[in-house]
Amino acid sequence: MTAKATTSATFEQDVLQADGPVLVDFWAEWCGPCRMVSPVLDEIATENPDKITVLKLNVDENPDLAMKYQITSIPAMKVFEKGEVKTSIIGAKPKFALEQDLAAYLK
Amino acid sequence: MRQLIIIGSGPAGLTAAIYAARANLNPLVVASSVDVGGELMNTTEVENFPGFPEGIQGPDLMAKLQAQAERFGAEIRYDDAVELELDGPVKRVVLGTGNVEEASAIVFATGSAYRKIGIEGEQRLSGHGVSWCATCDGFFFREQEIAVVGGGDSAMEEATFLTRFASKVYLIHRRDELRASKIMQERAFNDPKIEFVWNSEVVDILGESAVTGVVLKSTVDGSMRELPLQGVFVAIGNDPRTHLVHGKLELTAEGTVWVDGRSSRTSVPGVFAAGDVIDPTYRQAATAAGSGTVAALDAEHYLAALGEAGAPQVDADEISGRPEVAPSPAA
Repeated sequence: MTAKATTSATFEQDVLQADGPVLVDFWAEWCGPCRMVSPVLDEIATENPDKITVLKLNVDENPDLAMKYQITSIPAMKVFEKGEVKTSIIGAKPKFALEQDLAAYLK
Repeated sequence: MRQLIIIGSGPAGLTAAIYAARANLNPLVVASSVDVGGELMNTTEVENFPGFPEGIQGPDLMAKLQAQAERFGAEIRYDDAVELELDGPVKRVVLGTGNVEEASAIVFATGSAYRKIGIEGEQRLSGHGVSWCATCDGFFFREQEIAVVGGGDSAMEEATFLTRFASKVYLIHRRDELRASKIMQERAFNDPKIEFVWNSEVVDILGESAVTGVVLKSTVDGSMRELPLQGVFVAIGNDPRTHLVHGKLELTAEGTVWVDGRSSRTSVPGVFAAGDVIDPTYRQAATAAGSGTVAALDAEHYLAALGEAGAPQVDADEISGRPEVAPSPAA
């Protein structure tokens, strides 16, 4: 299952107002490592359906949000809870390393 | 048990896979989970790979190499090798998923990893203005002033690429001349947005939550000065990725995997190495591909001899001519 996209228009509802934790994957077409990590995030989302939601945010199409969250390096993954950034992960990592970073949400 | 496992999916690993697959060795390529395709995945235009007069995008070249290997039956696994057992006739590769794959021969082609400057601010501000990937992160520095640290081809390429976004790119280099090829140097010299900062070493990167500047130390008189800027791209070279084989394969003084002369034979029979991980000098996509070819042919020869003679009888200590120190490239 491929994660859904969120945009500047839907971010408030999709992410900030969401009930559970939401991981936002800041990515772009031209970013090789982003394309590598994307299917890994999909797997984690599929394996943990009730624990964490994964959404993709294209920084090319939504530069306002990239700027707001001070993204200077992608892939950047931020976990939001109750509208606040709780965890930030920067750079493509293997699945087991991502699972470690996200352990608090995957329990 | 398989005949051959290839660890790495850059030009060396995939070229080895093409040759091995065409020799009906049904190789398994452990491609890694996130670094598939190796270093070329982070480059844009590759202009010096033979056969592409118009140039080719790094990721496109790697996709073609992979398709070519798969066409002849190579199996690509998107997983990481986390542990190796290389002694004895059966080699074992433990994968990130916990699965264990076994083979009679291994081609080790793990490439190299970005070198770090090794200063405190670099780690702290990594991802907050300090980057190793211009193609990934240049976009975020529109109309800002940034620096590229280094003096080789990749530093020139990054600096030139970054002028698309940045208002100014400082190229900070420790010496007063460049290691980069003439064509890349000229391109950088002629770019009005690039300013060279010679004889300078970055000794600190400043900023709380984002980069605000660097501290430079003159390599001539030791004087210090601050240069305000918003981004630092580090391109000071690469180190061979050998952590999986420490204590298992002999290394050279330069830290690369030792191989016997012009072959790909390592200090352990049945284990062959190719690409950047054995090459402290050239480190080109084309030389890595050639090196992968050598490894596949050596592995094929080794497996054929195994088939004829049963278990291998070659003892590592009997390999002749093993140098105490790294051979020079001219040797």
